[in-house]
Amino acid sequence: MEKKTYSNLIVSSAPHIVSNVDTTRIMLMVVMALVPSFLVSIYVFGMRVIALTLICIVASVFFEWAYNKLMKKPQTVGDLSAVVTGVLIAFNVPSGLPYWIAVVGCFVAIVVVKQLYGGIGKNLVNPAITARIVLFISFATEMTTWPLPRMAADATSTATPLGILSEGGGELPNNMEMFLGFIGGSMGEVSAIALLLGGLFLIWKKVISPIIPCCFIGTVFVFAFIYYSATGGEAFNMALFHVLAGGVMLGAFFMATDYVTTPLLPMGKVIFGIGCGVITMVIRLWGQYPEGVSFSILIMNCLTPLINNFCQKRMYGGAKKNEK
Amino acid sequence: MSRKHLQSIHVSHYKHTAGCATEVMPIPDVVKISMSQHIGAPCKPLVKKGDYVKVGQLIGDVDAFVSAPIHSSVSGTVTAIEEQRSAVGGSDTLVVIETDKKQEIYEGIKPPEVNDLQGFIKAVRESGLVGLGGASFPTHIKFNPKNIDEVHTLIVNAAECEPFITSDHRLMLEDTEDLISGMQLAMKYIGLDEGFIGIEENKPDAIAHLDKVLADKGITNIKTFKLQARYPKGAERVLVYEITGKTMNAGVLPADLGVILSNVTTFAKVGEYFRTGMPLVSKRMTVDGDAVAEPKNVIAPIGTMINDVINFCGGYKQEPRKILMGGPMMGRAIFSDEMPIVKNNNAILAFSKEQSLVKEETACINCGRCHQACPFKLIPTALADAYERRDAQALSDLKVMQCMECGSCSYVCPARRPLGFTNKLGKAVVKEAGIK
Repeated sequence: MEKKTYSNLIVSSAPHIVSNVDTTRIMLMVVMALVPSFLVSIYVFGMRVIALTLICIVASVFFEWAYNKLMKKPQTVGDLSAVVTGVLIAFNVPSGLPYWIAVVGCFVAIVVVKQLYGGIGKNLVNPAITARIVLFISFATEMTTWPLPRMAADATSTATPLGILSEGGGELPNNMEMFLGFIGGSMGEVSAIALLLGGLFLIWKKVISPIIPCCFIGTVFVFAFIYYSATGGEAFNMALFHVLAGGVMLGAFFMATDYVTTPLLPMGKVIFGIGCGVITMVIRLWGQYPEGVSFSILIMNCLTPLINNFCQKRMYGGAKKNEK
Repeated sequence: MSRKHLQSIHVSHYKHTAGCATEVMPIPDVVKISMSQHIGAPCKPLVKKGDYVKVGQLIGDVDAFVSAPIHSSVSGTVTAIEEQRSAVGGSDTLVVIETDKKQEIYEGIKPPEVNDLQGFIKAVRESGLVGLGGASFPTHIKFNPKNIDEVHTLIVNAAECEPFITSDHRLMLEDTEDLISGMQLAMKYIGLDEGFIGIEENKPDAIAHLDKVLADKGITNIKTFKLQARYPKGAERVLVYEITGKTMNAGVLPADLGVILSNVTTFAKVGEYFRTGMPLVSKRMTVDGDAVAEPKNVIAPIGTMINDVINFCGGYKQEPRKILMGGPMMGRAIFSDEMPIVKNNNAILAFSKEQSLVKEETACINCGRCHQACPFKLIPTALADAYERRDAQALSDLKVMQCMECGSCSYVCPARRPLGFTNKLGKAVVKEAGIK
């Protein structure tokens, strides 16, 4: 019998099988988790939400593709991280924002914040958050012209709950309205329940760890509760208000959990989450701006390397010790 | 007994052959028996071209402490003593035997007569036994630790956490008597009070069968121990922790924690040797993978060429691009199927092109999955950074030497980074720098 033998086999290091969860799949799950909030936004703010989101996705993917092309780097659009960034930028701006301003935001996020620092995995700060802040400072009027939710009766623009709290001029919405999302605000941040659903999906799928969202939201609640108890307000209601208002839900579940710009170890995540909560509340209660979530995440992003360093020194000895 | 478990990962089991009763392969035309089938000094061939050898005859040995003798697995004529590139890149001496298929048994084969520890250890060495789980450390050394008065527990590693492999599973069902008598012999002569057989809970039939046989025999000092069916519960240091609760750092011997530990097949072979006197000349292995036509469990003579084993399993149903000795998590990829079976082979897996290509590595996204997967809570991504910088001190501080190369980090990495392999290279950097 003629024997056929093979002596040109592939030799590689073990393991020879890998999990089916890759970067693309993780990003896809994040996009899926953002769908409920997207649907509520369409309901609340109308069809322009779809157009704005699509434009942000297309612009982000294009900038990533073009940068890699121009710089002759390996193409990375397939990992879908630019899609996630695009969606998050759209979620972080008012639904009535001129399209070209949104495209500027995408350029800042993808090219300046992400690619110039070396692309995926190398950026120091969260691209979407930084884009929001750049737009917020550069186009203050456009970025604070809040389109009216469909539930509102008259007027052409409205104020966010935090805006009302900070500057007065209206009645605060009740917590149920805020929980459902029938309020003014950035496009994708209004509905706490939709974001919560998406966040729980990510936790269930083990895409994100619950540590940062829990610490972030918990700190906001506790901080507000103590503040309003001390100043004689309705402590519980106001604490809940601060959790549901503004970008806390969106930030805690989707942006403070960005792998690249947050600490790796559980201890670091606790520090990161508490830090975000404290900075958010300090800005909200005593700062110039009514809202502080994006600044808090940006600041904590910058501190992440320090937190990592601090925690590594403490964690590593714990690997395994022999009791003799 | 509830105890904290070490971190582990879920890997698909792919135990396709669990229900396949082992088939004994016919004697091939030629066997090539390697002289380095154990960790330690390779054996010197004791036969020369033209010699006639019989089954069980000593054909290789060496006078070194860490070594185990090698016996002929067939009867036939030695046609050559040749050198071949080994799977690890060095060179192996092979004794090539053309078989006469008569399988004449060597005259000296008879069950050993033993009545003390020294006799037992000597007999175990003469049986040619090495750790059959994969490490192939000579068994008689494991059974004779320096602190032999302090050891009290026997642990049998029957976890078989590697995907695909079912040879240990089949052994527990088919060679139960030898396994139990082998354990009892070891416990009697080494002086051990209790024995545990650690089995993953995805083999309920093996657990039930062993429980029943132990109960029928009235044996109370040997128990089965159910492990989570997760990877890598069969790693020595993980297994010791799961069963005894004692942590075992790299460089520590199980005996230092009062434990004698070896693979389930090793004990069954001890039992078989004391029953028949036949040394380790054949091996049960799982043959599987998407390139193999008829995956099955096979007993083949040591020295059988891998392509002969695969031909026995229906041959290749598609072109193999990767062949593994051992499981997909820690097994070794070999460059050719013209290599002989050695003592520690528990699986031959052949994969098609689709399964074989190494996935393209992308950038780390800092997700932390590698850290969550590591049984010892190392931080592979930080280790990889330190390795990039060839920073021996940082690698040492990050405890790279604790890594057991189980590959869990590489398995879970969504960026497909070869983190386990990087750790291996990192260990070499630390050793070279001489950091203790």
